[in-house]
Amino acid sequence: MSVKIRIPSQLRNLTGGEGMVETDAGTVGRIIMELENLHPGIAERLLDGGEVRRFINIYVDGDDIRFDKGLDTSVADGSEISIVPAVAGG
Amino acid sequence: MATTAEQLKCKECGRSYPLAALFVCDFCFGPLEVAYDYGKIRRRATKDRIALGPPSLWRYADFLPVENKPSVDLQAGFTPLIKADRLAAKLGLKKVWVKNDTANPTHSFKDRVVSVALQRALELGFEVVACASTGNLANSVAAHAAASGTEAFVFVPANLEIQKIIATAVYGVNVVKVRGNYDDVNRLCTEIASEKKWAFVNVNVRPYYAEGSKTLAYETAEQLGWRAPDKVVVPVASGSLLTKIHKGFWELGEVGLIRRKAPVVYGAQAEGCGPVAAAFKEGLEHVKPCKPDTIAKSLAIGNPADGVFALEVARATGGVIESVTEQEIVDGIKLLAETTGIFTETAGGVTTAVLAKLAAAGRIYRDEEVVLFITGDGLKTLDAVAGTLETFEIDPNFSQFEEEVLENVVKST
Ligand SMILES: Cc1ncc(COP(=O)(O)O)c(C=O)c1O
Ligand SMILES: [Zn+2]
Repeated sequence: MSVKIRIPSQLRNLTGGEGMVETDAGTVGRIIMELENLHPGIAERLLDGGEVRRFINIYVDGDDIRFDKGLDTSVADGSEISIVPAVAGG
Repeated sequence: MATTAEQLKCKECGRSYPLAALFVCDFCFGPLEVAYDYGKIRRRATKDRIALGPPSLWRYADFLPVENKPSVDLQAGFTPLIKADRLAAKLGLKKVWVKNDTANPTHSFKDRVVSVALQRALELGFEVVACASTGNLANSVAAHAAASGTEAFVFVPANLEIQKIIATAVYGVNVVKVRGNYDDVNRLCTEIASEKKWAFVNVNVRPYYAEGSKTLAYETAEQLGWRAPDKVVVPVASGSLLTKIHKGFWELGEVGLIRRKAPVVYGAQAEGCGPVAAAFKEGLEHVKPCKPDTIAKSLAIGNPADGVFALEVARATGGVIESVTEQEIVDGIKLLAETTGIFTETAGGVTTAVLAKLAAAGRIYRDEEVVLFITGDGLKTLDAVAGTLETFEIDPNFSQFEEEVLENVVKST
């Protein structure tokens, strides 16, 4: 078992075109660090000064991590993380 | 016609991009916005040329990011600007106008943004249009898709008002009711947009879509005799409409069609979904998302994409983003109906209630000119007022009429 991460099209140049990446369970913050090991450069695109960039939303099983513990939100085996640009809708 | 638009530009870091189906900066994820050659617009868009244009938003085509006007179109826009003296008097003001955007083909301002988005989507070669909607956008995308013969997928929250679902499905498009709130629908659509070659009007072609709202400012200025009002009151969901109305007035100053003077911009939200109003009140630079719970479903976006920019506009112009209670929304709908003859949906109830609140708080001086943007039609949200209105019912009998009606009617006898 592991965690599935849906990668938005804007970041797929860093994942070799992959729209889905798998990592071990952990907190969202740790998972981003693991992503960075797998696909160098991705953390800089997601984080700014240790915080999620203001125009990025991250969801764990559909729930916005800002309603939980942000980067400290824990992600269990079998969960799905979505990284979604925030500038849509209306 | 050749567009006056030059490129897409990141609002956050300034990187530029071609005029393609892009909405996010690849580097910082900031929103992309259309940038124009204002010298070109200034030379082309004279008052005379605009006056000779069609009675629709396409009279301002020189300010829009499209190569051509559409060949088939519902002719949205150029809606009435009504002097609302009875409303003004009730609020202790003198100069209030209502921009009545219920008078659009599908009865909301969304016909403006969809007209532009669909035309640009077709120019970019898309064959399917789609949207994530709180209702009005769904109606509009469906109608415009039907008119142009384009396939459409429309995604809405499953608990939407039945009127808005019927007024979408009737156009023969694919309606997908998603079991979740608008923010869930929006996330799903953003993910689908990464996989499918569809034009989601408010996702991957959002920079073009958003420009359509500028036409509300152009029309208001033209209808006032080419000038801006002192103040405007605008409903806020994603915050796009508010920021684009502001941009529209700014552009008219930039190209010399009006004197450079941006109106004070007030934003209106419901307390049950007021993340931008809350950020304004707390003096924050970012907007904390919320879980919406309000009858103003068309404004129920808990995670607004342009919230920070709406905050910036309100602060820069000396405005406020204010919120109102559910009761004030219902009272706002009735106040507007009873004093102007315009029946608005809940979003307009929010907007009218915010104007009333600002006036009561003394934030608007008696002599100032205020334009109230009424962006959607009351027939779409009948339930909001249904239980609060009284009618008479009698047999076809004259004495019953006298006893049960006339004796109970206090004023008009
Ligand atoms: C009637 C009505 N007014 C105003 C708005 C707010 O628009 P925006 O999302 O651009 O802030 C909406 C959005 O759905 C709407 O339906
Ligand atoms: Zn950028």
